[in-house]
Amino acid sequence: MDTANNKVLLSMEDISVSFYTHRGIVKAVRHLNLKINKGDTLALVGESGCGKSVTAHTINQLIPIPPGKIESGKVIFEGRDLLKLSDKEIASLRGERISMIFQEPMTSLNPVFKIGDQIADVFMTHQDIKREEALAKTVRLLEMVKIPAPERRIKDYPHQLSGGMRQRVMIAMALASPEPGLLIADEPTTALDVTIQAQILRLIADLKRDINMSVLLITHDMGVVAETADRVIVMYAGRKMEEANVYSLFDNPVHPYTQGLLNSLPSNEKYTDSNRLEAINGTIPDLLTIGDECPFENRCPHAMPICREPFPSETKIDDDHSVWCHFVEGKDASPSSKLVYDQGRE
Amino acid sequence: MNMEKILEVKNLKTYFTLKSDKFGAEPEVVKAVNDLSFDVMKGEILGIVGESGCGKSTLGKTILKLNHKTDGEILYHGEEVFNLNDKDLKDLRKQMQMVFQDPFSSLNPRKKVGSLLAQPLQIHKMGSKQEIDEKIDRIMKEVGINPVYKGRFPHQFSGGQRQRIGIARALMLNPEFIICDEAVSALDVSIQAQVLNLLLDLHDKYNFTYIFIAHDLAVVEFISTKILVMYLGKIVETADKKELVKSHLHPYTKALFDAFPATNPKGRENRDPVLMGDVPSPINPPSGCYFHPRCPRAMEKCKMEYPPLREVSPGHKVACWLYE
Amino acid sequence: MDTLVQENREEDMVEKNSLFREAVFQLKGNKPAIVGFIIIISFIMMAFFSPWLTPFDPDIQDISIRKTAPFISSHILGTDDLGRDLLTRIIYGARISLVIGTFSVSISLSFGILIGLISGYYGGWVDRIVMRLIDIMLAFPYILLTIVIVAILGPSLTNAMLAIGISQIPQYARVVRASVLAEKENDYITAERSLGTSNFELMFKSILPNCIAPIFVQATLGIGDAILSSAALSFLGLGAQPPTAEWGLMIASSREFVTSAWWIVTFPGIAVLFTVLGFNLLADGLRDVLDPRMRD
Repeated sequence: MDTANNKVLLSMEDISVSFYTHRGIVKAVRHLNLKINKGDTLALVGESGCGKSVTAHTINQLIPIPPGKIESGKVIFEGRDLLKLSDKEIASLRGERISMIFQEPMTSLNPVFKIGDQIADVFMTHQDIKREEALAKTVRLLEMVKIPAPERRIKDYPHQLSGGMRQRVMIAMALASPEPGLLIADEPTTALDVTIQAQILRLIADLKRDINMSVLLITHDMGVVAETADRVIVMYAGRKMEEANVYSLFDNPVHPYTQGLLNSLPSNEKYTDSNRLEAINGTIPDLLTIGDECPFENRCPHAMPICREPFPSETKIDDDHSVWCHFVEGKDASPSSKLVYDQGRE
Repeated sequence: MNMEKILEVKNLKTYFTLKSDKFGAEPEVVKAVNDLSFDVMKGEILGIVGESGCGKSTLGKTILKLNHKTDGEILYHGEEVFNLNDKDLKDLRKQMQMVFQDPFSSLNPRKKVGSLLAQPLQIHKMGSKQEIDEKIDRIMKEVGINPVYKGRFPHQFSGGQRQRIGIARALMLNPEFIICDEAVSALDVSIQAQVLNLLLDLHDKYNFTYIFIAHDLAVVEFISTKILVMYLGKIVETADKKELVKSHLHPYTKALFDAFPATNPKGRENRDPVLMGDVPSPINPPSGCYFHPRCPRAMEKCKMEYPPLREVSPGHKVACWLYE
Repeated sequence: MDTLVQENREEDMVEKNSLFREAVFQLKGNKPAIVGFIIIISFIMMAFFSPWLTPFDPDIQDISIRKTAPFISSHILGTDDLGRDLLTRIIYGARISLVIGTFSVSISLSFGILIGLISGYYGGWVDRIVMRLIDIMLAFPYILLTIVIVAILGPSLTNAMLAIGISQIPQYARVVRASVLAEKENDYITAERSLGTSNFELMFKSILPNCIAPIFVQATLGIGDAILSSAALSFLGLGAQPPTAEWGLMIASSREFVTSAWWIVTFPGIAVLFTVLGFNLLADGLRDVLDPRMRD
């Protein structure tokens, strides 16, 4: 085994997930490959319907089957294909090595139990310890996620906490297993106020550094990506469009969709004086009727006849930056010759 | 500049009384809008920004008389909105419109787009059937929806398209003043950009006045000409957009700007420390300045007394003891 | 305009989502609901085409063939104690049951909707008073309330229907009020209010159409309920009077033959059972389909 492989905690190979609804087959994720290295934060970013949450739920096997179906692919976690494990094995992996936090922490906490007991329970399922000891550990954990006065807080019920505090509790729960491996954070700050979001993002970054945890961050917010991610995968309508190191992606976004997404942000530095945004026209295609072509073709300012052909293969921009685009394929896309995204409107 | 004052809010208060849990206990009062005063000039885009519970949505609804008010004045072209009789109120409704946050709940699911758009004109008995039809076609084109889809129900459109329909409905009565309550926050980024552009196009074309309420500072900063920052029902700072971006004085405004995720990962390791603490409950706001428990520069005085909103330079007002 | 081109492409996708089609589609997959639907359709067919479905007359007595056992003569389900064809009487009974169901449900629907709408929409004092009155009505056992009303009005089929209708009003009012309360929180109500829409229009043209789903479910259940209660009332002698071919009455007048001629009491009973079951199954299916929480 080469050394590079040793660093990989989780890899997904050629994952395709569909949902068989009565209206037809929704192709939620198609031929997705991804790797998360130990201690890294990988961000899956994209707009609603891009398949980012489905990807995350595939890892944890939280996809409801039926209507969902994993059409192809492997999810390799520490050398094992998770898709081949029994329900029992998956259940023990969940929470112990792979934990998840959600957008709305209130619905993920049990409203009738005190938060201290809920976290202590996690300790007790994974370790053979007494309740007092588990509670003591819980207090230390709550301190770690910077909850003030944790000795008193463990006696609170979830509804007595604010949204930000609940998200901290969820994170603490994820850390309660003996050796947390992967934290899947599905839009962890979307429901929170900006000042609280900043706190939680900071907390996740600190924890990742302190305990060498890997994070899979699912978000629609490029700002959150810029603040937390090491690597980024931009998804659109079930496809991977661009993958890069976070610095490389923001410095030199190559895919027309990534460019459009960054240009759509009102906070983009280029809008200090202009008073119109360079928006992407149109809306996302219907996942029911979508074919094999590039799904962005109908909105892309650079669309060419070839874009209606099957989905492009990988184009390497550099070691750590790849893009899937016919337009880029036919061009020299090194950082020196930056692609210019022309204004889509009128 | 020759600007006409279109709306004047003076010492506006909107309180809500909550049912108390305990029997016989004193009912709790939420001061959602707590003594606000500001003016809106014709053609201005006033952005109101703040976190959840700061009262920004209540403020928008109160101005349109969709809420009660507890005290203070709302003068629209010099007339108190709450003193209007039914007929005048109906006339006022023609001039002031609202665009809502949730494109899924703000359109009646049982009405076709055509009748949703015709409704405002029918209520106000404006125009014949043919005139109404023509107007619907024109406005639908204007907001970027093909008029052939008049016969469709709202659920047959995507979120962005629904929001366009919501805007079209607001335009039907030729208003001069539109309140956008989180009008783009439920939309995907790429769709949000389209809708923001649309709102700006309409503003330029018809010289609308907007109050743009949002929690997203980036959006408010982009679209507004003037910004008002709220915290727990109070104005903490207000200034022209350019002035505020250049010099935000209030520690809360500064925290808001800092908390906003940058659009570039560069230098993220050594950013300013984030603001700690939670947004307090508006039921029991802290003593003195409501922000003092979270404020990195809080002084003894901040715990005792709420600072007045003071003009520090023309048009730039801030409520903070640091600038007294 | 670019956007218009875009819209055209989406046309196909959008067409498929029609609410009605969706409901029908989902109902198709719901076997119990289909069974219920078939039962109800046959029940309605029986009611409409009674004279053509049977060669006999429901009221003509023939003592010579009284208490003929089923399945041995042209009287397939046998005859009753007065020699009337049992199947014929059951088929004609469907007519009366259908009338009872629709009539009493329309009474409770119209009042229930009115009360629920006003109480839910205005809230405050109106709501509190109305709801307390309804609580009081609901505190009476349902059948007792019906009996009291019939006792006041006098026993007859019409009065039984009235009584059933009145005593069911509280259920409808509650269902309507609950959905009005949920519906009026939606932004579209605020939006329409800000356009200057009157309270009346908001209540009847905007909110009510959006509350139809639960009302529809409740009404379907209600028809079954009403048929059952009218059978009970007739059984007690407070509803239909002899010689009407009413299921409850048929059971009542033959109870002394339970041991000697079991079919006279059994078949009308089965008719009641299946009809009520049919309505309940369909209502359950409709609830699954129409409940917005069940939709993606």
